[in-house]
Amino acid sequence: MSVAALAPAFAMAAEEPAAAAFRKPVSAPAIEVAGVTKVFGEGKPGAVHALGPIDLSIAPGSFVSVVGPSGCGKSTLLRLAAGLDRPSAGRMNRYGEPLDGPSRQTGIVFQEHVLFPWATVLQNVMLPADVLGLPKAEATARAHHLLELTGLKDFAHHSPQMLSGGMKQRAAFCRALLADPQLLLLDEPFGALDALTREELSLELSRIWQELGRTALLITHDIEEAILLGDRVLIMSPRPGRIRADIAVDLPRPRNVGTAALPRFQEIKQAIRELIFNPGRPE
Amino acid sequence: MTIAAVARPGTALRRLLTPLSYVAIVLVWEAAVRAFEVPAWLLPAPSAIAGAASDWLPELATNTLVTLRETVFGFLVALAASLPLAILIAFSEPARRLLYPILLGLQSIPKVALAPLITLWLGFSEWPKIVIVVLVCFFPILVNVVAGFESVPKTMLDLMHSLKASETMIFRRLRIPAAMPHFFTGCKVAITFAVIGAVIGEFVAAQSGLGYLILMSTSQSQTPLAFAAIALLTIMSIVLFYGIELLERRIVRWSH
Ligand SMILES: Nc1ncnc2c1ncn2[C@@H]1O[C@H](COP(=O)(O)OP(=O)(O)OP(=O)(O)O)[C@@H](O)[C@H]1O
Ligand SMILES: [Mg+2]
Repeated sequence: MSVAALAPAFAMAAEEPAAAAFRKPVSAPAIEVAGVTKVFGEGKPGAVHALGPIDLSIAPGSFVSVVGPSGCGKSTLLRLAAGLDRPSAGRMNRYGEPLDGPSRQTGIVFQEHVLFPWATVLQNVMLPADVLGLPKAEATARAHHLLELTGLKDFAHHSPQMLSGGMKQRAAFCRALLADPQLLLLDEPFGALDALTREELSLELSRIWQELGRTALLITHDIEEAILLGDRVLIMSPRPGRIRADIAVDLPRPRNVGTAALPRFQEIKQAIRELIFNPGRPE
Repeated sequence: MTIAAVARPGTALRRLLTPLSYVAIVLVWEAAVRAFEVPAWLLPAPSAIAGAASDWLPELATNTLVTLRETVFGFLVALAASLPLAILIAFSEPARRLLYPILLGLQSIPKVALAPLITLWLGFSEWPKIVIVVLVCFFPILVNVVAGFESVPKTMLDLMHSLKASETMIFRRLRIPAAMPHFFTGCKVAITFAVIGAVIGEFVAAQSGLGYLILMSTSQSQTPLAFAAIALLTIMSIVLFYGIELLERRIVRWSH
């Protein structure tokens, strides 16, 4: 279970112009959000103000966790960052360039895990390689490695329908990592997992992220997970979701099983809980 | 292990139930015809039908082949014509606006009503029958395949879009597999229609085929032969249907 094998990730077969921006000096934020709101069905009777206004800047190579009550617009924020939806107002940049659509340098784990039932687990994990035209042999080797890392080795050639909910999530997680994207957008990737597997995979994610120097935005319901993984934890208000607090997590890296036992970890956790459960208090 | 041993006789009995019910119907039929002395030209007993079938075996065989040929050929032509049209309709908004209303209008015409006209235009060959088969098969396949292309869940489209997949890639990797169950549903509806279409074509004007044989034998009071022909038509229909179903089970493993 070594992450080192993941490090020599292959070069992208076809780099898009936008990819050049990733090699710019680290000055440009990976994601920059200014005054962004999202209203579904704008102007119509049943319009839903889901999100914002939100201002946010995610530094390249950082790990940002987002927690917030159900329906507050977390997935909406992630979809905007993915370029799958357009904001109703405001401006978004990705690595200094206007964010006007999806990018192949982004890996996403959707909340609904979305696996193709007609393909095997391995074929599902290989989808980005197929679509992006990556060298097949290397991609296959990497897919197998990721499946082993997430404990799905024996299910590579099974149909996704034969997987449990948590196993499907792990498969979707492998798929998001396959093409070694610069930016990881993770919408409750471990939501359906038991506490033990969840912590194990979280730490694995932390290691992969640190090793490869990628940027990650993680949405989670789990405060401990948010702290364990994040450089920052964003706390969102109920719908329309705004960023109520932005907590820096000054815990040492690499994070490991001992991290949660640190007094500082408990302090941060308590601070976040206070913020969530006593929203009236000044921040 | 003991549980399995106990369960086995139950399942065996359940498996036998369907064939047993068929046997029972045939036996009741035979007994009723004999008991009430129903004349053979009105309702022949199963034994009389079997007798006629063996007497007329060569004729039944050649005419079955004719109808089978019309059915299968017409079905395949409909398949070849409807698939490209379905793709066109699913992916081009102008094509959909232009073609879909016309096609739906055409679908509303009872194809049976067109049979005499088609025969008038195409003469007495096998062609008018094939054309009727094509017409009755075309729409179920087309409508189902178009619906299949559109049955793709939004979340899967999002996944493909997030990878900036091209429309052709989305079509190959997503829309075609997603449309497969619908495609087979359309095919199964179409193949049963196809047999009916071929027989109707043969009713209008023909010198061969099972439809022709049914017309001839009833007009000459050879009712047992007509029944034998109907039985063959039924068997043909069932075999073709399950042939497609078998193919479906091999290809569309995920929805079973
Ligand atoms: N496509 C859509 N059309 C209309 N309303 C939507 C749409 N997507 C989301 N919403 C609404 O926007 C709000 C935020 O939804 P979102 O999925 O972002 O919540 P969330 O924070 O991810 O919730 P959860 O934690 O339960 O996943 C909800 O009120 C939802 O009803
Ligand atoms: Mg959500």
